[in-house]
Amino acid sequence: MASYWDRSTFWRGFRDGLPFVLVVGPFGMLFGVVATEAGLPLVQVMSFSIVVIAGAAQFTALQLMADNAPTLVVIASALAVNLRMAMYSASMTPHLGALPAWRRALVAYSLVDQSYALSVMEYEKRPEMTLAQKTSYFAGVIAPVLPNWYLATLVGALVGQSIPDSFALDFAVPITFLAMIGPMLRTKAHIAAAVVSVICALLFAFLPWNLGLIVAGIAGMITGAFVELRTENKDMA
Amino acid sequence: MSESTTIWVIIIAMGLGSFGLRYLFLGVIGDREMPEWVLRHLRYTAVAVLPGLVAPLVLWPAATEGQPDPARLAAAAVTLGLGYVTKNVLAAIFGGAATLFLGLYFL
Repeated sequence: MASYWDRSTFWRGFRDGLPFVLVVGPFGMLFGVVATEAGLPLVQVMSFSIVVIAGAAQFTALQLMADNAPTLVVIASALAVNLRMAMYSASMTPHLGALPAWRRALVAYSLVDQSYALSVMEYEKRPEMTLAQKTSYFAGVIAPVLPNWYLATLVGALVGQSIPDSFALDFAVPITFLAMIGPMLRTKAHIAAAVVSVICALLFAFLPWNLGLIVAGIAGMITGAFVELRTENKDMA
Repeated sequence: MSESTTIWVIIIAMGLGSFGLRYLFLGVIGDREMPEWVLRHLRYTAVAVLPGLVAPLVLWPAATEGQPDPARLAAAAVTLGLGYVTKNVLAAIFGGAATLFLGLYFL
């Protein structure tokens, strides 16, 4: 059987993933608190975080359930929030598509914003990485993040409403994403994609089910590819 | 359907659906070659999705009922700037968090 284990790369991933415990922690805790406040029993709060592992979608579902939305609307809206995961999946395929199916299933299960963004940054920075190294890096990133997501949800559910608002935890998520976006803006094409994404996300924020983000994502990808092609052609001319 | 059953249905459907979305390409395409133009678009997935995800949260934070908030705007600018200049994710996070708390305290 082929080995997909590369110890030093795993630990590099682990080190890179570790700080995100600081983000996932508060976010998971907040979910535990809010879900418990909404009246969900502990086993359901935990199941949410273990089965779905997608904070934004989980909050969307809670909100809609509290508004007594029909079950189908709750499910469809929460999944729409998660549509970006399909884009992440596509973006990971050139790197990890050669893994056996069950390993791809494990990667898919643990494909979240943080594991995706860190891994894709690393793969672009070091194009010479082997499949084993790419796999080990991904596993390393997720190793500290995922258990702490479960744990934080549990703590939140048990501790309840004792986190003061003044901690401004709502902003932990935007800050980490922004921190990851900065280093990603390597070329004109990347910057153009990001700018178009922001403009479209704000313009189409009125669309239901978070579809504005999908519009922004597609527009950003087209922009990036277009600028890259133009830059290349200019270099050749 | 009791309320508890409904919630289980939601949890399981969301779990299956989220996994399905995450497995969609990894599972179906696997190691088959993708055309160059597809790869060219996929290279920009991260920079096309994450900024769009963050922009509304920065401009219209839920914590201030959607009103733009100077402390959060300043924190966002510092985080992005530090990340861009230093290429160091951690430095950007801590710089941004420090700006946020200073901003909330003084602004």
